[in-house]
Amino acid sequence: MTAVTEIDRDGGSPRARSEPAVGVTQLRVMRSEWTKLHSLRSTRYSLLAALAVIIGLGILISWGSASHWDEENPGERLFFDPTLTSLSGIFLAQLAVGVLGVLIVSGEYSTGMIRATMAAVPRRLPVLWAKTAVFALVTFVLMTVASFVAFAAGQAMLASEHISTTLSRPGVLTAVIGGGLYLTVVGTLGVALGALLRSTAGGIATLFGLLLVLPIIVLFLPASWREHIEKYLPSNAGQAIFRVLHEPSALSSWTGFALFCGYALAALAGAAVLLRRRDA
Amino acid sequence: MIKVEGLTKRYGEKTAVDGLSFAVEPGVVTGFLGPNGSGKSTTMRMIIGLDEPTSGRVMVNGRCYRDFSAPLCEVGALLEARSVHTGRSATNHLLALAHTHGIPRRRVDEVIDLVGLREVARKRVGGFSLGMGQRLGIASALLGDPSIMILDEPVNGLDPEGIRWIRNLLKGLAAEGKTVFVSSHLMSEMALTAEHLIVIGRGRLIADTSVADFIHSASANTVKVRSPQAPQLRELLVSVDVTVTASAPDILEVTGLTSEQIGRTAAENDIVLYELTPQQASLEEAFMDLTRDSVEYHADTPTAKAATGASS
Ligand SMILES: Nc1ncnc2c1ncn2[C@@H]1O[C@H](COP(=O)(O)OP(=O)(O)O)[C@@H](O)[C@H]1O
Ligand SMILES: [Mg+2]
Repeated sequence: MTAVTEIDRDGGSPRARSEPAVGVTQLRVMRSEWTKLHSLRSTRYSLLAALAVIIGLGILISWGSASHWDEENPGERLFFDPTLTSLSGIFLAQLAVGVLGVLIVSGEYSTGMIRATMAAVPRRLPVLWAKTAVFALVTFVLMTVASFVAFAAGQAMLASEHISTTLSRPGVLTAVIGGGLYLTVVGTLGVALGALLRSTAGGIATLFGLLLVLPIIVLFLPASWREHIEKYLPSNAGQAIFRVLHEPSALSSWTGFALFCGYALAALAGAAVLLRRRDA
Repeated sequence: MIKVEGLTKRYGEKTAVDGLSFAVEPGVVTGFLGPNGSGKSTTMRMIIGLDEPTSGRVMVNGRCYRDFSAPLCEVGALLEARSVHTGRSATNHLLALAHTHGIPRRRVDEVIDLVGLREVARKRVGGFSLGMGQRLGIASALLGDPSIMILDEPVNGLDPEGIRWIRNLLKGLAAEGKTVFVSSHLMSEMALTAEHLIVIGRGRLIADTSVADFIHSASANTVKVRSPQAPQLRELLVSVDVTVTASAPDILEVTGLTSEQIGRTAAENDIVLYELTPQQASLEEAFMDLTRDSVEYHADTPTAKAATGASS
């Protein structure tokens, strides 16, 4: 096979010497997924939208809170969480990030790209790991930056009423980084659901069902049940990490976040099992 | 080299491929022929591990496709269904595939030039015509410079120019010593491209033969004779092994004799001949004869016939 050796010789970059000259490795599949990610318009728009929403909405709501501060009653003042207020854009941005996570996988199924992908990486699992890792990394970097920007700008708005906070106060830094972490796991959950359901509509519906609809349904349960269930819902558990003030019944920041990661990993594990088992 | 052994695939109740065994050798174009729904695409998907066989197995170059560390360098596949994200450019699509193997960018540019997509390489694939899509598919298949090429109905929907391009490409690859396995539901296409044939119907093997033998065995060996003394010649030719039919007063269709034998008989008896033509059964007819019992849906009514005719 002279032709193959020809390619071998071409691949003589310094790194290629430690790796097999031509062949599938986890790192290479990640590079492939990175190329796929940034070469689609939908990626750029969704991530840009998420950034704009986190920062824009954070500023808007912080400004609103400051300008209406004197109208608030003492109870609300007591439970005012300036960090959460400046990060409130996350509640909307999670939809953009989650949908993009679903699309990264379901878009391959709807276009047929998945067949080319699976033919190139017939063991399949490296693709799922690479998609998850690359998207998680990109989301974490961008969303954490957005989170810090939103926090800084929001606190500047709140400072006029002297109700702002700083990163040095207990739990605040965790919450601001937590904004990026929460969105990263939402994106991972999206990837897992996309791979489980192999359909854009199904993946998005399930994701919104878990994050948005489930908490509403639980509201209709008897109060005694609700307090046992509510805090364990994926959204409530995950969102604990970007709150500084926690309700007494809620999970703590890291416990809640760990549970949220658990849900996402369970979905990912299910996706991995099915990916190996199902025909492409 | 592709080796298929007792391959069976069931989708629920439906048996798409049924105990198929054959081998595809390097150096020649091997046609994979069968009516629609006979299991060609399913077999090809199983060769590259997209679908898992219900039983049996496929070996490519002596191994299971999944076990290769560089599968794109073993088998290049052009599937029937489009396998490319419409939102990406041709270059980025190929780059993404190349990156999985560490294939250098230079090779991506090379295959783009090879299939003649240079001008549109940076455009979104969604706007590509069918022919451009096929070319991109072939570029993806060639990316790893594989020793085996699998193409599922590659000429479907292409214009004559595109069809000729693919035909020549496949012959060229086979001449380089590669294994080329190409499916079609049209015998006429296979006759022009392939040297060897694997014919299936309803998922079962019907024939594994060279195209020349297939054509030979399929031909009815009739000879058309035109002569002003046709009735007289007819008397001389007819025997137990020879049938003669007259389609016009001066035309005979002779089965069972060669044109040489007929010509000699005519000369010996001073019979004038205007025409003496060996007839070859149409390939499409031969193929249909062979697969008659194994087509999925027969066109029973005139309307159904017209509809099939229009769509093919
Ligand atoms: N994924 C699938 N699920 C169910 N049935 C299928 C699937 N793929 C193919 N089939 C059925 O298997 C048979 C063979 O199909 P196919 O391999 O596409 O034939 P061909 O390519 O020769 O036209 C057909 O009856 C088809 O309907
Ligand atoms: Mg087919």
